[in-house]
Amino acid sequence: MFFDSDLLMSALRALTPILLAALGGAVCERAGVFNIGLEGMMLMGCFTAVATSWFTGSPWLGVLAAALAAAAYSLILAVGTVTLRGDAVVLGVAMNLLAVGLTSFLLRTIFGVQGTFDDPSLAGLPLVGGFSPLAYLAWAAVAVAALMLSRHVWGLRLRGVGEAPEAAATLGVSPARYKYAAVLVSGVLCGLAGAQLALGNVTLFSENMTAGRGWIAVVAVMLGRALPFGVLLAALLFGVAEAAGFRLQGLGLPQQATDAAPYVVTLGALFLSTAQRRRRTGRTTGVAS
Amino acid sequence: MARPSTDRITRALRSPVTFSVLAGLVIGALFLVGTGADPFAAYGAVVTGSLGADGIGATLSTVTSVLGMALALAIPLRAGLINLGGDGQMVLGGIAAAVTGLYSPLPAPLTVVLALLAGITAGAGYAALAALCENRFGVPLLVSSLLLSYPATSLASYLVRYPLKEPGSSLPQTRRLPEGVALPAFGTSTVTFGLVLVVLAATAYWFADRRTAIGYEIRMTGLNPRFAAYAGVERKGLTLRLMATSGAIAGLVGAIGVLSFPYRFLDGSLTAPGYTWTGLTAALLAAAAPLGTVLASFFFAVLQVGGLSMERTTEVPRELTQVLQAIVIVFLAARPSFSRRRRKTVQEPIAQGEFA
Repeated sequence: MFFDSDLLMSALRALTPILLAALGGAVCERAGVFNIGLEGMMLMGCFTAVATSWFTGSPWLGVLAAALAAAAYSLILAVGTVTLRGDAVVLGVAMNLLAVGLTSFLLRTIFGVQGTFDDPSLAGLPLVGGFSPLAYLAWAAVAVAALMLSRHVWGLRLRGVGEAPEAAATLGVSPARYKYAAVLVSGVLCGLAGAQLALGNVTLFSENMTAGRGWIAVVAVMLGRALPFGVLLAALLFGVAEAAGFRLQGLGLPQQATDAAPYVVTLGALFLSTAQRRRRTGRTTGVAS
Repeated sequence: MARPSTDRITRALRSPVTFSVLAGLVIGALFLVGTGADPFAAYGAVVTGSLGADGIGATLSTVTSVLGMALALAIPLRAGLINLGGDGQMVLGGIAAAVTGLYSPLPAPLTVVLALLAGITAGAGYAALAALCENRFGVPLLVSSLLLSYPATSLASYLVRYPLKEPGSSLPQTRRLPEGVALPAFGTSTVTFGLVLVVLAATAYWFADRRTAIGYEIRMTGLNPRFAAYAGVERKGLTLRLMATSGAIAGLVGAIGVLSFPYRFLDGSLTAPGYTWTGLTAALLAAAAPLGTVLASFFFAVLQVGGLSMERTTEVPRELTQVLQAIVIVFLAARPSFSRRRRKTVQEPIAQGEFA
């Protein structure tokens, strides 16, 4: 049996960090902020989670600190794009680079090691019913985000700010305030994603350990059209690809093939989704977002 | 006489590039103070370590790769396109050059030329694939180029671990290229003829940007894609050509890397130093202008090489230079720029005018 419940379980475990980050990306997208800094925010979360858990002995404080640190880090994006009207793409790329540099620098200054910090006494998150508590939080966050965006007045205003900032401003809704809030929410979610990655999926920190997951989350936002449940499906696709990759590795396929699998699957899914959308709308769009 | 020169100084200080670099250096100094090091000694070590007699060779060979990747990323950036797949294109160029170098039956000098061409072709073809993803399937270039990069590095990593692995070696690397299949080096240094090739590419870019119709079309597209389209610039064709050129140069950098020391493809040796990202930051800092890209690449190469001697003298981790680089771009990005996402905000005043 290749597709069995074990595969689904490991897919569900693999998807948690992507899902959390992608939800953050979706909220930003809805508010009209293109956030490609997810990768960097996640990485800041990973490092803060590990450092805090190591010094306090509590993984829970690690999770909290990761959320706060990544939210603080996300302020760079908020100030840069909303207040200073800078370029979101360049800023996002720069934030990702800064996170790699900063975490590697801190890894050497604080822990005095290069590459990977790994210690048996580093406390990771416990499992509850086979899953990390943050996995349940991620699923709940999907429902909450869906409900907020479609039903609550905040969600309505947030979408208004994203779709027609002038109209929202005319109605007395401050676009800047909602955009800041959206970016901060994405920061918190990315921090949780990082904590899950560094204290849940594994219990260690290594340089650039997000390894493109933040970018997969960016793609998941596009695939899921910034809808919470759409993003969930897209993240699930990635989770299945990663889990199936590990399974294939067990069957003798080289590790490099399985490393590449999630990216290829994601790209393939993007092809299909844009092709389908194009057929439906009957026109060609230059940018799919 | 005094006024114009002070004007020039204030203008230079107000320029976002100067401001960002200064801000980066100041924040870097704060980091240094925070770790208990003397910032002047540290920056001094960066300069002497990279430009002194011992370091200049290493700096120039780093410039070869950094400038190469900076050009590769600057060319599409000039038209507002961001190629994030430089790693994959470079690695494929490297592996293509290694295979050609190992198996070509031609005499050594011809093999070198053939290996360079193989690298260029591999990089160009792979980057063109990313352009096709955007043109045909509507996947944004930013995403398609990046996602394609990972399978390429995985493929190269697989090839040097299994089919092309040097027998008996514990490292994931190919055999050493045959005697004579290498780019000539200057004297006993590690600086090779590759530097000349990259500088030639920079000159060609400068000429095309300044003096040719295509250079004008590219700049026009970067400044205002809608206007360029109105003026008859064919967007998809331009994207394809720019990406192919970009990938060609990235592939060339990979090939140069393989045809220089250690004269083989070693897994990770092309990507680990982060030339792609340093190149991207250099291209961004220069807003993809040809001369500026050369200067920025040199600046970042100095930082990268000097970081090592800074680490030796002050015991501050050299990763600090990476932080400094990114901070420069963060400050720079917080100003109007060239990406296509920008279009929306550019349109706003017009839209408001219509309502008034």
